[in-house]
Amino acid sequence: MNAIALPIFIPFILIFVMVAVRNSRAAQLISVLGSTLLFVVSLYLFISLKDTKILTLNMGSWEAPFGISLVLDYFSGLMLVTASLIVLCLSVYTIYFMDDEHRNNMFYVFFFSLTMGVNGAFLTGDAFNLYVWFEVILISSFVLITLGNSKQQLEGGIKYLALNLIGSMFFLAGLGLLYGKTGTLNMAHLAHILRASEQPVLINTSAALFFMAFGIKAALFPLFFWLPASYHTANISVTSIFAGLLTKVGVYVLIRFFTLFFVQDQVFWLNLFLIIAGFTMVVGGMAASSHYDTRRILSYHIISQIGYMIMGLGIYTPLAIAGAIFFTIHNMIAKTNIFLVSGMINRSKGSFYLKDIGGLFKQSPILAILFILPAFALAGVPPLSGFFAKFILIKAGIEAGQYLIVAVAIATAMLTLYSMIKIWNEAFLKKAPESSEVEPYFKKPGFPELLPSVILGAASLLMGLFAATVFGYTMVAAEQLLVPTHYIESVLNGLNP
Amino acid sequence: MEIVLAILIGVLYTAGVYMLLRRSILKFIIGIIFLSNATNLLVFISSGIIAGQPAFVDGTTPSPNNLSDPLPQALVLTAIVIGFGIVVFTLALKFKFFETTGTDDLDQLQQTDN
Repeated sequence: MNAIALPIFIPFILIFVMVAVRNSRAAQLISVLGSTLLFVVSLYLFISLKDTKILTLNMGSWEAPFGISLVLDYFSGLMLVTASLIVLCLSVYTIYFMDDEHRNNMFYVFFFSLTMGVNGAFLTGDAFNLYVWFEVILISSFVLITLGNSKQQLEGGIKYLALNLIGSMFFLAGLGLLYGKTGTLNMAHLAHILRASEQPVLINTSAALFFMAFGIKAALFPLFFWLPASYHTANISVTSIFAGLLTKVGVYVLIRFFTLFFVQDQVFWLNLFLIIAGFTMVVGGMAASSHYDTRRILSYHIISQIGYMIMGLGIYTPLAIAGAIFFTIHNMIAKTNIFLVSGMINRSKGSFYLKDIGGLFKQSPILAILFILPAFALAGVPPLSGFFAKFILIKAGIEAGQYLIVAVAIATAMLTLYSMIKIWNEAFLKKAPESSEVEPYFKKPGFPELLPSVILGAASLLMGLFAATVFGYTMVAAEQLLVPTHYIESVLNGLNP
Repeated sequence: MEIVLAILIGVLYTAGVYMLLRRSILKFIIGIIFLSNATNLLVFISSGIIAGQPAFVDGTTPSPNNLSDPLPQALVLTAIVIGFGIVVFTLALKFKFFETTGTDDLDQLQQTDN
């Protein structure tokens, strides 16, 4: 099915259009139209999964495992739809929240190359192709994070770049070793070979290198230090894109690799995941509660939430994997949304620093509602999406007898609630401070500025209200991941190499 | 031949890690270059190295034991190009940073922590 390539192809075309278009109004219009098209296509692809469950496309008609295959299963389909929804909302948001007009077109070029990289990473069925998409994501994010050229941004950019480059090298080294052992890079073919392998311990060198690589990209516990050092420096629209998409691609690949072919020596790996998940949650949550800059609180909070996704992977039952996928989708939506709202708070009050602002509840009740939606979703208040995400994960944990990680997860939920209530109290409830360095002015956001946040907030709410439907899809995805015979067969097309 | 390359890879990794841990940003970039070349060689060596044999032979079916696998070499080409682009970007970033701050010292990068 050729349409699978469209989520990569549409942003690819848009990059060139954005290079050519000089007028920034036109660029904004094209970007909104383009991302709407992208969203519609992703939705169409997801719906067309209904019959065959897995769609594949061999690029350039080279048969798998020799050519590059694009594979769309339920997991990648769900991620694709969520990612393109976020891209759509951000393309509206950036119209109002990018700083200087003349940088706009440049921003869009890299915005869409980031989108292309993310979609490519979700769709590809080839491990080396995945590396290439990761580099596309990496280079575009380098440019985006340093777009403002301020001292802080350059400094954050260097830190971001340093650790992520090292991550990429781990990835490439792991690929080299893996190819040396198996002689293939097609993920389905790898699964076919490695699942029949009689010397599982030998695979651990590659698995460890991949784990380091994606641990850095996903910001897991001892490897996350690039994230809080850099995310808060960039423009708020850029931070929102990163928060919604980047670390989640790392999580996606971890789940994909460790369910598809690194399934040897599972006792070791799953325990490691659980330990790391616990530390990631607690450290991120505690660091978040010690800060007063909304962007820093939320950046640490990203890390804490990554722990939940890895916890699902570590428990490794169908319910837990479904929970991890549900949580990832919920988190992409809610996390992006709360960054959008913090950008609007900054726009209204002129500061991200909580001690300088206050009294927003009276000045703008609508902003308060828009904040409450993602904040309560992240904290896990029913009927929003986060409640069901945590509920599934905790239920899976109890069923599997992993009580310790469940306790940690519940304690971290308290930390999350604490940091959300802190922002709520400081920014919305308390009176505006009189002796602050920032002018105590207030600028009311207009409706078009609010629209992206309204859409994402509604998505959080709907995902909570129709949790059973979404859970049904994630459950299918989890079953496809845990029993990948169908995946392997449809990619290799009955070929038995 | 493999053993020589293996030692070379080890030396490059060692030198790369050493350079990464230096205080200067420029030396850090040199470390990145070492590491990326070491990784490229690692991928290259995974194909096995056999001198003087063509990758594809017309007409006859040669024994695979006498051929090295051409695919990792193609992969390395891609990786080299990507690595090259990234090094150029890193140098540009370093230049920009030097322009705004006038420092090459990594210990000065403390503004965005905590």
